[in-house]
Amino acid sequence: MSGAGDLGGNDPRVERWTPRAALFVAAALAMLGVLAFGPALFSAGVTERLSELFIYVVLAVMWNVLAGYGGLVSVGQQAFFGLGAYVAIRLSAAGVSVYPALALAALVVGGLALPIGEVMLRLAGGEFAIGMWVVAELAHLLVNLDPLVQGETGTSLIALDAFGVAARRADTYWAALAAMTLLLALVFLMLRGRLGTALQAIRDDDVAAASIGVRVLATKRVVFVLAAAGAALAGALWLATAITFQPRAYFSVQWTAYMIFMTLVGGLGTFEGPVIGALLFFAVETAFGASGVWYLVGLGAAALGFALFAPRGVWGAFAARFSPRLLPLGYHVVTPRHGVLGGREDT
Amino acid sequence: MSLLTVEGLEARHGLLHAVRGVDLALDEGETLALVGANGAGKTTLLRAIAGAHRAAAGRIRFAGADITTLPAHRRVKLGIALVPEGRRLFTGMTVEENLLVAAGRGRAGGGTLATVLEAFPQLRPKLKARAGDLSGGQQQAAAIARALMSNPRLLLLDEVSLGLSPVAVDQLYLSLQTLLAGGATIVLVEQDLGRALRVASRVVCLLEGRVTYAGAAGETTRERVMDAYFGLSGAPDATAGGR
Amino acid sequence: MIFLNQILQGLFLGAYYALIACSLSFLFGVMRIINLAHGSLAVLAAFLLFVLADRFGLSPWLGLIAVVPVMAALGWVLQVLVLERSLKGGLLVPLLSTFGLAIVVDNLLFEGFGADTRSLAPAIGDLAFASWTLSDDVTIGQLDVIILVAAITVLGGLQLFLARTRLGRTIRATAEEPEIVGLIGIDSRAVYALATAIALALAAIAGAFLGLRATFNPYSGGMQLLFAFEAVVIGGFGSLWGTLIGGIVLGIAQNLGAFITPHGFLIAGHGFFLAVLIARLYLAPLADRVRRRGRKVVAA
Repeated sequence: MSGAGDLGGNDPRVERWTPRAALFVAAALAMLGVLAFGPALFSAGVTERLSELFIYVVLAVMWNVLAGYGGLVSVGQQAFFGLGAYVAIRLSAAGVSVYPALALAALVVGGLALPIGEVMLRLAGGEFAIGMWVVAELAHLLVNLDPLVQGETGTSLIALDAFGVAARRADTYWAALAAMTLLLALVFLMLRGRLGTALQAIRDDDVAAASIGVRVLATKRVVFVLAAAGAALAGALWLATAITFQPRAYFSVQWTAYMIFMTLVGGLGTFEGPVIGALLFFAVETAFGASGVWYLVGLGAAALGFALFAPRGVWGAFAARFSPRLLPLGYHVVTPRHGVLGGREDT
Repeated sequence: MSLLTVEGLEARHGLLHAVRGVDLALDEGETLALVGANGAGKTTLLRAIAGAHRAAAGRIRFAGADITTLPAHRRVKLGIALVPEGRRLFTGMTVEENLLVAAGRGRAGGGTLATVLEAFPQLRPKLKARAGDLSGGQQQAAAIARALMSNPRLLLLDEVSLGLSPVAVDQLYLSLQTLLAGGATIVLVEQDLGRALRVASRVVCLLEGRVTYAGAAGETTRERVMDAYFGLSGAPDATAGGR
Repeated sequence: MIFLNQILQGLFLGAYYALIACSLSFLFGVMRIINLAHGSLAVLAAFLLFVLADRFGLSPWLGLIAVVPVMAALGWVLQVLVLERSLKGGLLVPLLSTFGLAIVVDNLLFEGFGADTRSLAPAIGDLAFASWTLSDDVTIGQLDVIILVAAITVLGGLQLFLARTRLGRTIRATAEEPEIVGLIGIDSRAVYALATAIALALAAIAGAFLGLRATFNPYSGGMQLLFAFEAVVIGGFGSLWGTLIGGIVLGIAQNLGAFITPHGFLIAGHGFFLAVLIARLYLAPLADRVRRRGRKVVAA
């Protein structure tokens, strides 16, 4: 029965921007500013690796949007990754200049995701997960039929040959950095807005969310299309780093395994988690590199272990203990007596 | 010695503190009626005794053994059976299957189809029907019959008359009377106070998870229970509750 | 009558799909879990049989006597170590954990056996290609007939087991009301462990026929999972005989696709699966009926 009397004259405040969050956001922006000069600062090798890291971040953040916020576990996101690369090749072959073609490919695949989502989003849980894998297989097989691709032989983004090696490296780096920044900003704004609230309601209980007027299917549709376009952008950017397009490599379920590893280990359903997961994945990959199979066994085992024993991931566990609140997401009630409360009240 | 002893029992539903320091003792052959408003903790208390809800603190003893941490299926072996709220039959299976699936898992000398059907003859023509297709009264009868298959020493009945027609309830209580005449020990949660007072030998009233009244049914007036029901009586617990 | 032959071959192929699908469907029916490692575990069983045949000259038929109990034991362990914990973690965790497990199994197999494609066919000699010729275009492989008989036996046996035995009743009761069965003396954790053991024993049988009728490699599991899933969805989740029909329809669709174009086999299969999904979504009354059937769990 803690009533108004507890609080006396001091009303609780609701806060979002804390000094710490402001400091952290400023630091993050400053780091992005430094990264913008990457090609001038880093060696060729480092620049290429960083481009890959940015793509990993995109993959992790986009899979997290789907599973962590939308509650939709897909094991078929490689469909969009592969289609992104494929559409970029097609657009480039049709005369669209290369870098705009990468962005345009993401939009085209986002458009393709609309009708796919229309069907798949009506499936529940595991059916959605495997159903998406079927979609990925079908997309792979259909792309193989394109004479330009020549089946598993594949093709390459020939238009990139027009650029010098150094210019290409720098341009791809900037494209990847821009894509990562843009998508992080987009997800950030989405979470702060109405959609973020709706997503939280759906993740907690989608029947209850529907009963209070959240448009569940419409909200999931937005998440699905965004995740698809994001994965497609990652695929197109990967094509720009690798140049060659072999369908088998792009439509491999391993991409989804990477996404799941990064998101789970970093922290499913948190903004910071997938970024940290991507950094960890990148570090593990750099350390153990192409030592192949055991590395994959390790990734699978880590995903299994985190799913079972630490489903909130590294960041989730850290945040639960220290509540660092580095970003102005969510609202925190501050009462003068008890400090910051989580909004729980036992009555 | 008491058949069932509950000491200082606490149980929670997430943040909700549903049962707060309940003490109970029940002798063999007694019938205890648990009354109280919705949300008073009656169902949680029954479920905690049956092992379907974890006790946060306190002790539950049954026939001399401490069963506080025993899982539900092990308590069935000792002779505790709960007929849950809402009946919860296996609706996709036939009545016969519902009964047979419970056979041979309880106390030694468990019920057989024949002995259970003696108490509930109305189920005999429905044995091959899908449990989901029965009327509410028949479903309730089947749910009690299923619990009897384990030959319980203690039968816990949660809201057996809920949603049934008066005629169906009468028939159900008639069957219960036969059980009681046979010496069964029963704890029942019942909204209908008059009926509870008629059937039970003792009445316990819960309010916000605490016992606010306990007494023999013969000495209990309706008014006395209603006061405890709404926390109006002079019982010390009633005023202390409510944090 | 090449066309007829395609349909006939599709039917036999579908019998294999029904075999690999029935345990996926069974486990889903009991625990509401779709085991994403299902295909990989069937392939693991095929590799175990391969080792027995290759190293010890043991025929796959005899090998099954050893491999089925081993896989069943593995199922028990899988339940205790992975699925039981997953079930408590909400809807997403079982998918994530079994997907992680699939990656582990696939890559461990790769580590142990390399990328080579294997088959159990050499271990059964002439039976692998013996056939009856009905006409110039229509031949029936003897192994295919064995697979069809095996599929009907396994599905029928599972059906009888669930409908008629005490254990079967216990499993069905647990599937329907997992929170209630404890109150009638059933240990639901033990039932789940038993169900997972049965599912993996069935997966072992499916793995044997995968290896006998075709080839496999460490990464074949994913595709087997997809075929199993497609057969289950086409046939209607939870209905065992539906699974047999679903598998056969899928097999026929694939064979007709291959008949039209060489690339058509898989495209037709996946395409047909999606067409069935779409038809269900937009033919509402039908969708309702399917959903009702899905609720009835493992009973036919």
